[in-house]
Amino acid sequence: MNRIQNKLLGNKKLLSIYFTAGFPKVDDTVEILQQLEKNGVDMVEIGLPFSDPLADGPTIQASSQTALKNGMTTQLLFQQLKDIRKTVSIPLILMGYFNPVLQFGVENFCQKCAEVGLDGVILPDLPLAEYEEHYAEIFKKYGLLNIFLITPQTSEERIKRIDTASDGFIYLVSSASVTGSSKKFGEEQTRYFQKVASLSLANKLIVGFGINNAKTFRQATKDTSGAIIGSAFIKELSENGIGGIAAFIKSIREV
Amino acid sequence: MNYNVNEKGYYGEFGGAYIPEMLYPNVEELRQNYLKIMGEDSFQKEFRQLLKDYVGRPTPLYFAKRFSEKYNTKVYLKREDLCHTGAHKVNNTIGQILMAKRLGKTRIIAESGAGQHGVATATVCALMGLECIVFMGEIDIKRQAPNVARMKMLGAKVVPATSGSKTLKDATNEAIRDWINNPVDTHYIIGSVVGPHPYPDMVARFQSVISEEIKTQLKEKEGRENPDFVVACVGGGSNAAGAFYHYLNNPEVGIIAVEAAGKGINSGESAATSALGKVGIIHGSKTLLMQTADGQITEPYSISAGLDYPGVGPMHAHLFASGRGEFISITDNEAMEAGLQLCKLEGIIPAIESSHALAIFENRKFKKEDVVVVNLSGRGDKDLDAYIKHFDL
Repeated sequence: MNRIQNKLLGNKKLLSIYFTAGFPKVDDTVEILQQLEKNGVDMVEIGLPFSDPLADGPTIQASSQTALKNGMTTQLLFQQLKDIRKTVSIPLILMGYFNPVLQFGVENFCQKCAEVGLDGVILPDLPLAEYEEHYAEIFKKYGLLNIFLITPQTSEERIKRIDTASDGFIYLVSSASVTGSSKKFGEEQTRYFQKVASLSLANKLIVGFGINNAKTFRQATKDTSGAIIGSAFIKELSENGIGGIAAFIKSIREV
Repeated sequence: MNYNVNEKGYYGEFGGAYIPEMLYPNVEELRQNYLKIMGEDSFQKEFRQLLKDYVGRPTPLYFAKRFSEKYNTKVYLKREDLCHTGAHKVNNTIGQILMAKRLGKTRIIAESGAGQHGVATATVCALMGLECIVFMGEIDIKRQAPNVARMKMLGAKVVPATSGSKTLKDATNEAIRDWINNPVDTHYIIGSVVGPHPYPDMVARFQSVISEEIKTQLKEKEGRENPDFVVACVGGGSNAAGAFYHYLNNPEVGIIAVEAAGKGINSGESAATSALGKVGIIHGSKTLLMQTADGQITEPYSISAGLDYPGVGPMHAHLFASGRGEFISITDNEAMEAGLQLCKLEGIIPAIESSHALAIFENRKFKKEDVVVVNLSGRGDKDLDAYIKHFDL
């Protein structure tokens, strides 16, 4: 069983953290991962930086730009992760845009992911139909889960189709927005989470976009299996560096 | 081979809709409705009426006698420069604003590089009384101050794109992000034959009025609908898509696409996508684009802001890859010289974009009896500063 599927078996509300590889410094990747695991984070999305991140707000755009200026590449990231499974055991997911993966070669990319011990991939701009027609076999061959997104505008019919195509969890985008939005996180979201939760899907739900503190984390995970924090964590890294990780994670988990 | 889009949204291996799930409902709504709406009699009637009475169509097909004498062939200019707002861009914005209204949208967003598409969008929004927001790179806002002023006079809000390289590609990113944030009430009027399916096909259909008119007009003048060659400049490629459209599947008509070489193809400052690009994904479409080995999109360069795009529409990528289209690249200097020459020979000041298409005659020879139609996509008023600077006028 894949580490992600294994992690999803329990009832704990999972805390997942997104960070951009190569930010703030190009060689921070391994240490950030080790710190996240040490401080009780359940799962990590490692962001592969892209020059034109369409679904991201200003915070992740800026971290991606810095990472690219720092010299981060797909090749370099795989090198950095070469021995990651000697020190980190939580599920690791690579999140990025499709073009860098296409240039690396999809099969080559999947093979490398499997080699270094990654468990899944999130590529927001690789559509479901393209994935199923051209790439699903390759992902399966290397034991990688491909995680799909759904949003408040996704129809029930399409949610069910995505559920059938998924094999881990579904990434529930909290509101119609890019990442790091300060849109209100209110009753509308709660109703939406409850509605999707009531569909009795085969896959568990993990919420992302707009979660930035203990309160929003609690709200997001009330009816779901976990939540992902990205922009707020990147902001924390820019302000306090790796040294601030412990306190940040503690502040999210506090009851 | 067929050079139109197929039912899955592809031109050969190019096209598709590589968009985040957040955009899926918007793009899917458009995909399911655009052909149906465009086929409605009431839509066609309103569209045609506005093209005639508001845009000033049909635009003339003008036999450029002195230009033809100089190059010893028969050159016709399709005068898109005479369209209201100064370029072909308005054909598409008229079509899309009518589409947006029928889809019940109340808020219009657009990207703009040089500001021509922004002006054309602001114009039709004023015409229809709809809210208009134009995203424009911070650097372009400074470079294109008169067009920014025009948009504001027309009631549009101009929002600077401050991300990335602060030019057209970033303005497009910002427009897409805005659409993600406003999925219900907003229609995104893309200005070229780029973006996720169905945009490339929809924009090409709106622009296809250009080649539709060429056929009728050439029949009157030459007794035949088909020229030997159609020539157009290509940035994203909307004027070229319109000029080629009705000739795509007619092998008797040669198709010549002219790209901006900037300071030279190998100078590191170029926008010649067919020569420098590789297959990749940009703004939701699989096409040829300029990128690093690691798949990061690179910044193009051309003296002409309208050709300054790192990708090219999927239709054109397919014309290139299949060999159906002949692709020529023209440097800044060659284009500027050709622009000035048209002024002197024909009394027409062309947009620098269109000057690229005019510049091919120096090196690309045609037979004396060949009929060559050049799509003169825009007028040069907006480029006076660049002409003044270049020629020290």
